Amino acid sequence: MMKPGTYFMEGNTACAEGAIAAGCTFFAGYPITPASEILERMAKRFPEFHGSYLQMEDELASITAILGASWAGRKAMTATSGPGFSLMMENYGLGLMTETPCVIVNVMRGGPSTGLPTKVAQGDVNQTRWGTHGDVGVVVYVPSSPQEMFDLTIKAFNTSEKYRLPVVVLSDEMVSHMTEKVDIPKKEDIEIVERKKPEEPPERSLPFCPDEDLVPPMANAGEGYSVHVTGLTHDEKGHPSIDEETQNKLVTRLIDKIRKNADDILEYEEYMVQDADIIVVAYGSVYRAAREAVEIARDKGIKAGLLRPITIWPFPEDRIYDLAKNGTDNFLVAEINFGQIVFEVERCTGGAANTYLAPRMGGNIHTPEEIVDRMEAIEEGKIPDFKE
Amino acid sequence: MSIRKSRDWFSPDYMEQRSKKESAYGLHPLDCYLRKDRIPHIWCPGCGLGVILNSYLRALKNSDISPKETAVVSGIGCTGRTAGYLDVDSFHVTHGRAIPFATGLKIGNRELVTTVFSGDGDLFAIGGNHFIHAARRNVDFNVICVNNFNYGMTGGQAAPTTPKKAQTSTTPWGGFEQPFNLPGVAAGSGAVYVARWTAYHVEKMIESMEEALNKKGFCFIEVLSPCPTGYGRKVGLKTGMETMKYYKENSKIKDGADPTKVALDPDDPECEIIVGKFVDKEAPTYQDERGEIFDQARNELGVK
Ligand SMILES: Cc1ncc(C[n+]2csc(CCOP(=O)(O)OP(=O)(O)O)c2C)c(N)n1
Ligand code: SF4
Ligand SMILES: [Mg+2]
Repeated sequence: MMKPGTYFMEGNTACAEGAIAAGCTFFAGYPITPASEILERMAKRFPEFHGSYLQMEDELASITAILGASWAGRKAMTATSGPGFSLMMENYGLGLMTETPCVIVNVMRGGPSTGLPTKVAQGDVNQTRWGTHGDVGVVVYVPSSPQEMFDLTIKAFNTSEKYRLPVVVLSDEMVSHMTEKVDIPKKEDIEIVERKKPEEPPERSLPFCPDEDLVPPMANAGEGYSVHVTGLTHDEKGHPSIDEETQNKLVTRLIDKIRKNADDILEYEEYMVQDADIIVVAYGSVYRAAREAVEIARDKGIKAGLLRPITIWPFPEDRIYDLAKNGTDNFLVAEINFGQIVFEVERCTGGAANTYLAPRMGGNIHTPEEIVDRMEAIEEGKIPDFKE
Repeated sequence: MSIRKSRDWFSPDYMEQRSKKESAYGLHPLDCYLRKDRIPHIWCPGCGLGVILNSYLRALKNSDISPKETAVVSGIGCTGRTAGYLDVDSFHVTHGRAIPFATGLKIGNRELVTTVFSGDGDLFAIGGNHFIHAARRNVDFNVICVNNFNYGMTGGQAAPTTPKKAQTSTTPWGGFEQPFNLPGVAAGSGAVYVARWTAYHVEKMIESMEEALNKKGFCFIEVLSPCPTGYGRKVGLKTGMETMKYYKENSKIKDGADPTKVALDPDDPECEIIVGKFVDKEAPTYQDERGEIFDQARNELGVK
């Protein structure tokens, strides 16, 4: 990894360096704006670590290759943006079903389709949660700064190894292309998590039998465990099965693995929420404007606060419910889309507070002033809630 | 800890057998490669897949490659079910994606003797792009394509290999698309080893598989295979046996034939079949070439 110290670094570069610090030695990708700098950095840096950079023929291949590499025992990553992320949905599902640790970086740009390649948006938030078919439990980190591109990429690797699943780092064009101060800590100060290995000898091992944390230990290919890995519904031996009971047991566990460990995985940041009448919910690049908006609003006498999900999935649902129950009247979700997380916030308030939206279609982030204007209008009862 | 207890499903008897695997199985010399508890397989009577799998296992055995160092990757389809029967590290991935998975696996751990075992639809329709690129890169693994001229698993629909005149469930009035000549595609994309056999040519097939297993680089073997259920019965080859007879009577071995000139006649489902080893050449693999460039890079960077 890089020498410890303070650097002036672009978000995408910090992401690549985070991956290297986490022990990533395999990267497969297909160039796309605004994620290409991650590929380029990996390609440049990897010879030093005997890592493998593969430029694949498309994103279907990129994600599938990292799943293969993960089973070969490597820490593996890919990076893309919306159009490529759409192609990845198929094998994101394979990774979730086969419990394959790896990291997928999606740098959001304007959509739908080819959309607005060089500019920011946050339209893929729900795709990370619901984009692949079937029921899944997912973990998605949303960085708001180059420093977090570094830190959360490491965390994404750790979580992927600990809970055995592909973890998404959901950046956006603004954060990825922003250059800022990044502190690279000493190697010994970085926590690195490795996948659990089976304790039993191969002949006793049930490769998909979970421990108490609902995560099965993982034997890599070549370690003598002759593991069978399939995207079909499978039992604890890893063998395909078409009975309802096996389906029920497996899918429930895959979802519970995240749900029941949410306390360990969930991360969010709060700012001045204690006495807040109105809480702005914002993530990624918008968080930066929202924080300033809250400060301006406070100066104007509005009791404003801020809640920033750092893991957007799992979502801080209990916390929002608590805040709504304990005095916050209004939630304002500022996001660069036509309303995605706003539905989650509305659901979590349980009707105990009003939920409003400050939407944007992409191309730029909100200005702090525009968020403040929205807060003022809400306080004065001038705008209907987001559905009207 | 309570969950772990469910591992006790193993009877002591079974445990003993597993621990003395080679001798305890003992029923068949290839048993050590099979997941005994997964047999019987799902394949139809008369299907060519059993013969082809048997040939592959014999090639492994003849080459002294143990289950431990073997990895098999399959896509989706009847052929794709192969991985699930093998007591090796085996991966049954999504439809068409066996090759990129194997690419990651092999480059992730070059010690694994890696084989992709999949169907014609899987490898050349949905997975076609991956095939040509893996061949171009000359990644070091083998691809065994079982070509049964149709999508067997989903009920006998037309595939990119189906002869024009053949009737399938999605070409009820007859086909009209030009099929692929698979050896031509493989050779044109850069495969260092290209052969075609039929399920009838057991000895030749084993020999080719052994050669591929022992060769570095991207090796491709097409095996034409009876699919009485999905394809044969619609083209007058009602049983596996009839198809085998057709293979026997109509195949011509032409080792070294130009792979671009071995296309099957698309207008005649009972045409002559040219089989043989068409390409066997030396070329640096993906890892050889990358190794050289990376060594230079490390020199320049002053690291080991
Ligand atoms: C993305 C996707 N599309 C379609 C299918 C349905 N499907 C399953 S197997 C198959 C065709 C398999 O044909 P082939 O690869 O020739 O294998 P065979 O069964 O003939 O051995 C199809 C279309 C699927 N599983 N996934
Ligand atoms: S459908 Fe065809 S390929 Fe599939 S098992 Fe039956 S005979 Fe074999
Ligand atoms: Mg087929």
